[in-house]
Amino acid sequence: MEKLLDFFNININFDVIPMEWYLVVSTMMFFVGIVGFIIRKNLLAVLISVELVLNAAELNFAVFNRYLYPGALEGMFFSLFGIAIAAAETAVAIAIIINVYRNMNNIDTDSVEQLKH
Amino acid sequence: MEYSLAILVLPLCAFLFLGLFSKVLSHKISGIIGTCSLAVVAVLSYVVAFTYFTTCNVDGVWQTVMPINFEWLSFTQNLHIDLGILLDPISVMMLVVISTVSLMVHIYSMGYMKGEKGFQRYYAILSLFTFSMLGLVIATNIFQMYIFWELVGVSSYLLIGFYYTKPSAVAASKKAFIVTRFADLGFLMGILILSYFTGTFDFGVLTENNGFNVISSMQGISFMGISAATWAMTLIFIGGAGKSAMFPLHIWLPDAMEGPTPVSALIHAATMVVAGVYLVARLFPVYCFATPEVLTLIAYVGAFTALFAAVIAITQTDIKRVLAFSTISQIAYMMVALGVSGYNGHDGLGYMSSMFHLFTHAFFKALLFLGAGSVIHAVHSNEMKNMGGLKKYMPITHITFLIACLAIAGIPPFSGFFSKDEILAAAFMHDKIIFVTLWVVAGLTAFYMFRLYYNIFWGEESVHEHVPHESPKIMTYPLLFLALLSIVAGLIPFGELVSADKIPLHTHIEWGVATAGVLVALTGIFVARTFYRKKSEMPARIAISLGRLYRATAKKFYIDEVWYFVTRKIIFRHVSTPIAKFDKKYIDGTMDAIGNTTVKTSEITKNLQSGRVQWYAWVFITGVLIITVVFLLSRG
Repeated sequence: MEKLLDFFNININFDVIPMEWYLVVSTMMFFVGIVGFIIRKNLLAVLISVELVLNAAELNFAVFNRYLYPGALEGMFFSLFGIAIAAAETAVAIAIIINVYRNMNNIDTDSVEQLKH
Repeated sequence: MEYSLAILVLPLCAFLFLGLFSKVLSHKISGIIGTCSLAVVAVLSYVVAFTYFTTCNVDGVWQTVMPINFEWLSFTQNLHIDLGILLDPISVMMLVVISTVSLMVHIYSMGYMKGEKGFQRYYAILSLFTFSMLGLVIATNIFQMYIFWELVGVSSYLLIGFYYTKPSAVAASKKAFIVTRFADLGFLMGILILSYFTGTFDFGVLTENNGFNVISSMQGISFMGISAATWAMTLIFIGGAGKSAMFPLHIWLPDAMEGPTPVSALIHAATMVVAGVYLVARLFPVYCFATPEVLTLIAYVGAFTALFAAVIAITQTDIKRVLAFSTISQIAYMMVALGVSGYNGHDGLGYMSSMFHLFTHAFFKALLFLGAGSVIHAVHSNEMKNMGGLKKYMPITHITFLIACLAIAGIPPFSGFFSKDEILAAAFMHDKIIFVTLWVVAGLTAFYMFRLYYNIFWGEESVHEHVPHESPKIMTYPLLFLALLSIVAGLIPFGELVSADKIPLHTHIEWGVATAGVLVALTGIFVARTFYRKKSEMPARIAISLGRLYRATAKKFYIDEVWYFVTRKIIFRHVSTPIAKFDKKYIDGTMDAIGNTTVKTSEITKNLQSGRVQWYAWVFITGVLIITVVFLLSRG
């Protein structure tokens, strides 16, 4: 690994990981979530994608708190709140999905198109 | 005299009560409630009249008393609409007339309308009418009068259309309402012009100092060569002419006879139709000093109407229509009397005689109508040819009808003689042409009234389905009471109580004029007697020899046709129809286009709501990304 980094002439201090690295990860999570939300046809997969989007946001909270305001804890608490809300939201979503399944015998996004004009 | 408010409140309460509980109350109870409230009102009116005429004369001048007057709507400091009660000789006189006739009609109707469907509704509206008419005469300002004026019109409409299942009654009620409403437009414009310049609605302010406010505020303002004051007062007169059925706005009154006969007696003979006369009398100082030319117009319109209606009355065969044209003619008499009147002292004879004739006419004309109702009740027909020889079956109706005929013909000592004599005397002093017209009309009046009388009660008996009988007591008592009034009402020293300048006027019978009047009336009666007492060929032969003139008269000189021509052929076809088309095509078209565009747009855009949530998310994200890119690029 070190050789590889040397080869590309990248100098990293592993004691201090820069903020951007975290942001890259969270951005990736966010867009993976978005894409998943849009293209997956299984409602459970859509739900997981939503969780990814949420977690990307929570990661941002934590990172910004840690790097920009090291003395404060508000960002961390936001993240905790977000996790709690995500849990509740998942419960509701699962309940909806179960009901969808009862009515449609599947959980395809294509089968829940009744809510329209 | 604050208790005079009860005169207004009682009929209103009776109307509300009878109207609201008409389904619950029996016929008898509702009749009794209506009649009792009116009896109380009548007694109160007499008390008010007695109190007024015994206490309100200060230094030989009748005072104007306002027991109640409060501000209702205020526009500016000066211009505000009040509601209140105004008592002066003419309003007190009208209170007595209205409540008496109304009471008689209420009692009479209990017999006449017995068993009719909608009996409770009839009494309710009768109370409403009485309320509005009483409100009209005690109005303290012209706007309050206008409010009650319209109420009177509405209740008249409702009563003419009482038999609403009969198409002719519906048509007649609409005609009455529209014609009077059309005239009321003139009244309203007159009120607005008058109040715009003088800044007040109040009768007291308008008429004080001989109409000084009107004269000074409208000085030098003119429109189309005619001064603003003349416009205002003429327009107000047009309103009065509509209600009082002056030519050419008289067309509604004969048709209004479609209503129940007691209603005709109350509204279309004794009270509502004299509202126009009352209006002119109320504003008399303004007419007299500010716009004497309008007064001349009133005199000539009145004289023409009197003659015109009297001529038509001769040829009508429906007894109620004869009476209707007679009413038009007699009201025109009152208008003429106002038109030829001056203000001070003996010049004001016309004013006094007009009010006097209004007073006496109310009783004998109500009596004539109620008598006619009694006859119609017996033979179930309005046509003269179905009557004849009724005097042995209906003695009381016969006698009372005869008294009323003598009174209207102006035979002494019946009441009509005194009032008619004063009118003729006033006309004689003022204008000889008008005097001659009225004199001829007096003869014609006697003729057509006795033509009616002989045709109903004498002549050949026609075939009846069942033998005619005298009306029940509840109908004949009012007849007897009104007959008594028709005899004695003329003996009241009316000039002492009512006069133009409110200073008691000592009148005496003008023997020359009176002799001429009585002679022409007797001639009329004599001619009618020779023609109609026994079956005779004479009237038919005269009718044939007059040919076209007779037919024109029988058709009421085609005035209705002229109105129909003007309204239908000219106004409806060439004005209303194009406007309606324009409205439909362009105004409605624009609105429709706006609506249709909205519908079409949404037809297209609603497909965007597909129900596919992922599609929404895709659009949303794309939008956000586009905005972000634009934002970044624009910041450079």
